Amino acid sequence: MSCDYTQTALHGYLDGELDASRSEEFERHLEGCRECAKALETEESLRSILQRSGLCESAPHSLRKKIRAELDAATSVPIAQRIPLWRWAAVAASMVLVAAISWYAWPGSGSGTRNPAAPPFTAAELIDAHIRSLQPGHLTDVASTDQHTVKPWFNGKLDFAPPVKDFAEDGFPLVGGRLDVLGGQNVAVLIYARRKHFINVFVLPTKEPDTPIHPPGLRQGYQWLHWRHQGMEYCAVSDVSVADLHELAQLIYQ
Amino acid sequence: MSGFDQGRGSDLLDVYERARFEQLVLPHLDAAFNLARWLLRRREDSEDVTQEAMLRAYRFFRGFHGGDARAWLLQIVRNTCYTWLEKNRPVELMSEFDEELHPQPSVSPESLAIAGDNRERLGRALETLPPRFREVLVLRELEGCSYKEIATITASPIGTVMSALARARQRLQRALTQPPVEEARREL
Repeated sequence: MSCDYTQTALHGYLDGELDASRSEEFERHLEGCRECAKALETEESLRSILQRSGLCESAPHSLRKKIRAELDAATSVPIAQRIPLWRWAAVAASMVLVAAISWYAWPGSGSGTRNPAAPPFTAAELIDAHIRSLQPGHLTDVASTDQHTVKPWFNGKLDFAPPVKDFAEDGFPLVGGRLDVLGGQNVAVLIYARRKHFINVFVLPTKEPDTPIHPPGLRQGYQWLHWRHQGMEYCAVSDVSVADLHELAQLIYQ
Repeated sequence: MSGFDQGRGSDLLDVYERARFEQLVLPHLDAAFNLARWLLRRREDSEDVTQEAMLRAYRFFRGFHGGDARAWLLQIVRNTCYTWLEKNRPVELMSEFDEELHPQPSVSPESLAIAGDNRERLGRALETLPPRFREVLVLRELEGCSYKEIATITASPIGTVMSALARARQRLQRALTQPPVEEARREL
């Protein structure tokens, strides 16, 4: 006997792609269907194997260099005269460095066991949440006029009060707030803008001791910083430069 | 993205486009390479094809008017990979895709975990899958793409993405837990 759901809805459910009503329908079904419950467990196991596998391969440095040279050749004006080459070189170097560090910094991306200094969710979940937030209409649940509209909005929606500050004067205006779920936990998200880019700062309570701001991680072109401070776990994710991201992290950390 | 109008001369526009390409597209080079690597299976081929795809992307870039730059790039990478495969290894594209999904003897999470513990073995199992199954797994599990993004990249409806993922996962489980002898034979 094969249950129809095993081949269809189960995968949408596993991937977080069902809408609320279909998701509920599947959960009700799951209570009574042993086959689906078992299949879901197997699929989750396969997923965690794949995500921990280290199968994801980064572009070799030599390839990056070759592509840049080709792009220079394909750009009709001598770029070096307009934009100093060192700026691109610096960006490239930092990307490589960040990529190198992130393989070590994130649990499961190497072969080691879980690192207690790491956040209670995976890099993939974090980046997924960031990307999802950038889809139209998903960024904010409450828009900010200033920090005093965002902070009270979280009251009663979470069992903790995330620290909310606007850093508009430092070039990081607070855009708004949002509720999200990461690694099965409700988290508060503060959204800051940096020029035309958005930075999601995920905040959740923790019992772990404070940490400094960890070295940046990189995945799919997004970078993140993680740290713990005064009972809160923070993860800032964006496509802005690491320097900008770090600047915001330090502002929040103070 | 405004501030530059067409009348300012193509030089400035070129510099602007290049800077925009650096900012929006190049950050996804790792994803581009990873997709090519798993579609083509050999690193040297993947490097050549990624390079070709990046240049194509740069040439088409003026036609990109915002939106999901990663999905836009990966679509180009995928097309470049399939064109390359058609030309150089057409046999690989003939592998069966429409195989019926049969209820399989269920695989236990434990046996899967043991089999998947070895990166080499997992990589080899993934490589035994037909390219169209391999790509959805890579996009979903390694790159974290949404169904919508995968649908864009693979130019297929969302329903097809979901069923391809269902089949791909089943095939991978089977490849991982089947006896090593069988696995060795398939590799040849």
